[in-house]
Amino acid sequence: MEKLIARALEGDHRSIARLISLVESESPQAEIIMRKIYPHSGKAHIIGLTGSPGAGKSTLADKIIAHFKSLGKTVGVIAVDPSSPFTGGAILGDRLRMQQHAVDPDVFIRSMGTRGSLGGLSRSTQEAALILDACGKDVVLIETVGVGQSEVDIVKIADTVGLILVPGMGDDIQIMKAGIMEIADIFIVNKADRDGADRVATEVNMMLDLLGMRPWRPPVLKTIAERNEGVEEVVSEMTRHADFLRRSEEGRRRRWQRLGMEVEEILRREIAAMVEVAWEKEKSPELFELLAARKTTPYEVAERILGTILTETCD
Amino acid sequence: MSERKVRVIVAKPGLDGHDRGAKVVARALRDAGMEVIYTGLRQTPEQIVQTAIQEDADAIGISILSGAHEYYFGRIIELLKERKASDILVFGGGVIPEDDVPKLKAMGAGAIFGPGTPTSVCIDWLNSAVREKWARETA
Amino acid sequence: MSESKAGEAAGNRAAYEKTVEKFLQKAPERKAAFRTGGGLPLKRLYTPEDLEGMDYERDLGYPGMYPYTRGVQPTMYRGRFWTMRQYAGFATAEESNARYRYLLSQGTTGLSVAFDLPTQIGYDSDHPMAQGEVGKVGVAIDSLADMETLFDGIPLDKVSTSMTINAPASVLLALYIAVGEKQGVPMEKLSGTIQNDILKEYIARGTYIFPPKPSMRLITDIFEFCSAHVPQWNTISISGYHIREAGSTAVQEVAFTLADGIAYVEAAVRKGQDPNVFGKRLSFFFNAHNDFLEEVAKFRAARRLWAKIMKERFGVTDKGAQMLRFHTQTAGSTLTAQQPENNIVRVAVQTLAAVLGGTQSLHTNSYDEALALPTEKSVGIALKTQQIVAYESGVTETVDPLAGSYVVESLTNEIERQAAEYIAKIDGMGGMLSAIEKGYVQQQIQDAAYATQKAIESGEQIVVGVNKFQVEEDASERALLKVDESVGAAQVKKLQAMKASRDNLKVQECLSEIRSAAKDEGTNLMPKILEAVKAYVTEGEICGVLREEFGEYRENIVL
Ligand SMILES: Nc1nc2c(ncn2[C@@H]2O[C@H](COP(=O)(O)OP(=O)(O)OP(=O)(O)O)[C@@H](O)[C@H]2O)c(=O)[nH]1
Ligand SMILES: [Mg+2]
Repeated sequence: MEKLIARALEGDHRSIARLISLVESESPQAEIIMRKIYPHSGKAHIIGLTGSPGAGKSTLADKIIAHFKSLGKTVGVIAVDPSSPFTGGAILGDRLRMQQHAVDPDVFIRSMGTRGSLGGLSRSTQEAALILDACGKDVVLIETVGVGQSEVDIVKIADTVGLILVPGMGDDIQIMKAGIMEIADIFIVNKADRDGADRVATEVNMMLDLLGMRPWRPPVLKTIAERNEGVEEVVSEMTRHADFLRRSEEGRRRRWQRLGMEVEEILRREIAAMVEVAWEKEKSPELFELLAARKTTPYEVAERILGTILTETCD
Repeated sequence: MSERKVRVIVAKPGLDGHDRGAKVVARALRDAGMEVIYTGLRQTPEQIVQTAIQEDADAIGISILSGAHEYYFGRIIELLKERKASDILVFGGGVIPEDDVPKLKAMGAGAIFGPGTPTSVCIDWLNSAVREKWARETA
Repeated sequence: MSESKAGEAAGNRAAYEKTVEKFLQKAPERKAAFRTGGGLPLKRLYTPEDLEGMDYERDLGYPGMYPYTRGVQPTMYRGRFWTMRQYAGFATAEESNARYRYLLSQGTTGLSVAFDLPTQIGYDSDHPMAQGEVGKVGVAIDSLADMETLFDGIPLDKVSTSMTINAPASVLLALYIAVGEKQGVPMEKLSGTIQNDILKEYIARGTYIFPPKPSMRLITDIFEFCSAHVPQWNTISISGYHIREAGSTAVQEVAFTLADGIAYVEAAVRKGQDPNVFGKRLSFFFNAHNDFLEEVAKFRAARRLWAKIMKERFGVTDKGAQMLRFHTQTAGSTLTAQQPENNIVRVAVQTLAAVLGGTQSLHTNSYDEALALPTEKSVGIALKTQQIVAYESGVTETVDPLAGSYVVESLTNEIERQAAEYIAKIDGMGGMLSAIEKGYVQQQIQDAAYATQKAIESGEQIVVGVNKFQVEEDASERALLKVDESVGAAQVKKLQAMKASRDNLKVQECLSEIRSAAKDEGTNLMPKILEAVKAYVTEGEICGVLREEFGEYRENIVL
């Protein structure tokens, strides 16, 4: 394990890939890995790309990689696709559009299924991002489909969130009303070769006006990802946003908030694990009989289990 | 708790565009609970091997109908060796004459599924071959 | 029908139903529900009732007359048989040339050229992506030098040649014209077909190069050029064949092919071309699959639906431009590697369906194609199959013999109805291009393909020798043809020698002409490409410049 981690930190792709798998499958070594990796992280610019299915996220990611590369940066990509809730299987097809970078030693692309976590970003996505960060990628791009929970989850992971919209999808604006407005740092109107791109851009700008003055006014950019048009601008705005975060009070607030969430997340997980163990121990047919006969209540049972956990951990 | 999942690259090496088989297999593997990384058409052996490494794939499945199977199997297996990734299984299907199968296996191909093979055969083979691979890793 | 007669009929029908009911109790049917290979429900019995509302004059009419349900020529095969056209080509131009001469000597009446994949994707034989692929699935053509060899001793004014070439169709057509010129045959006299159907490449076959927009421009440039200079050339072969091979149903094959056709017509009309003129040179290409009745109905339905589309949607009045003329190939996907000789029988049934469906030309597959490239013997049997149907079966002696069959007419109606529904849906999405971009068409086909696979694995669908009636076989006894691995190296050497001996200044000139024409949508690229190939500019060089100008298509997978 030590050797594997050391090799990964040197940037060896095979080792990085293996670490991500171990963390992803929640193997017993996952925690050891993350403890070792964490101190090396915190250097990369983590960028989330989200938007409705087919908006052009992968196509854009492909071009963004190329631009960062031309700036001399190394790039890690995590492309998340939904797993089937029935079989747990998945077809992960995002990297198809990025395959020109497959053989580039400075680019590492990893596809992930959402597995258990309901349509959203799994914990392992964040851990994978940390691994890529620690292992020397200057930029980490995370592609997720913007449905349900994930676009809210992405803020917890990414420094910069790019939301991709396309003309001719009236409901996009609707979704935004429901809350994405606040989380996006950059709005990208892709497929600008189609009619209506200007209208979408104007609408977004109007909405941003309604939100009033904020320390970072998200830019609204138009791209034709397929033809690599407007992508340079996207990349420079992303970099500008990273600078902003580094220098501003807002940046510090977000960093602290994220760190707080990381601690909370671990706490919650640890406690959940303890609860599970204690509850397993307590479970018995007799207990269920008592509950069913209303001789005791779930509240009392829970209180008792919590009591045991507390005394045990205090010892 | 999430368990370890079988991860498989499904790729079409070379210029052949007939991907019905590759897509049917990709779907069948997904429905069998595996994670399939689908790279699509016109992949070079280098791309396929790097993809398998970055994705930490257990196996690479390639579909070839153009008759160029000897070249592609040979090259992919050779590259895996160079990258010290020979533990990644290689299997395939398509229009591959039975006469050629022993040669491909001698090169290091794990299994060749000829035309008309049920996807369940492929799934069963993968499940057991990958479990053996995992056993070797922990050993 | 008099009232008493009608009453009697109703009585008979009721009696029959009763008998069936009783009969079923003793002898139940083999399945709970019967369906065609393409998934259409099939009733136990079809009667005149099923054709109620059908109007003979309107819906069937006469052969050679609108809506062409019964065929595009007034006398059909009583005049002339279909063109027996065997797709062939492999390795080098020399070897393919020999195979063509053999086929011509055996009574083939049209050539059909198969190109290797690098040629189909616009790479010369020395391109890194071409490694391992040169000469594998067809002949390698890099420049005019190869094309001259390919048609050496074959008079281009005497044969019609079909070329399965799509993304770089303009280049191959130009090469053919250039060879004709060298033989002293002016382009006005050339006849043949280029496949030139890029949409189905995006949908099903995968040998695309450029994105949709410039691809459509290349196609309409060809339409325009040929309308003026190569009037007997079929400028496109709108292909359902590969859509079906990719796993579609019969209905989808018709629907998506005709929807592709609509997209091409619209593109050309937008450029100001007259569908009455270029419409005459549109040809189609369908698959002949196993389900005999459904296939016959499919061809008839496609013909009727296309005629209506051309007349009603595009206002076409020219009869030639209303007719759907088509080539057929028997279904490669139905061939089994197990007990390959059984394939001869499958091909025979499929041949019969194509002929009863009124095809204009036909390729019959060789029985060993599920294993490798066909041998001379297997190609011979495939061709004989056509000849037997033509000369011995008798089905050619009267026009459209299955017309009026209750089931065939019902299926014809049903396929047309469902295909029209699909087309309306695609129209609703903004046409075929956006339906492809959305992945809708690909998804529909993949769903059907997956369903077929599952049906075979569950044993619901029987494939003789594969999931039923299997036998132990000794594969080593099979004589299979293999392409020599040295072909690639030899071809590269030839190419390099040619490059060294040509006027390379002229080559650069031609390429920059092509580049500036590519930038200007108003210029027709065909004359520039023709000029270039005559100067021995290679296919890869031409496509390379176009790649730089147009960009490359990336597939849109939806799984
Ligand atoms: N017209 C146009 N099409 C584009 C553009 N960018 C991407 N596309 C096309 O949009 C389709 C979807 O692109 P992807 O990059 O796969 O989109 P995605 O958002 O990653 O899709 P999912 O991962 O499936 O949600 C493809 O057919 C692209 O070629 C663009 O700028 N203009
Ligand atoms: Mg994507």
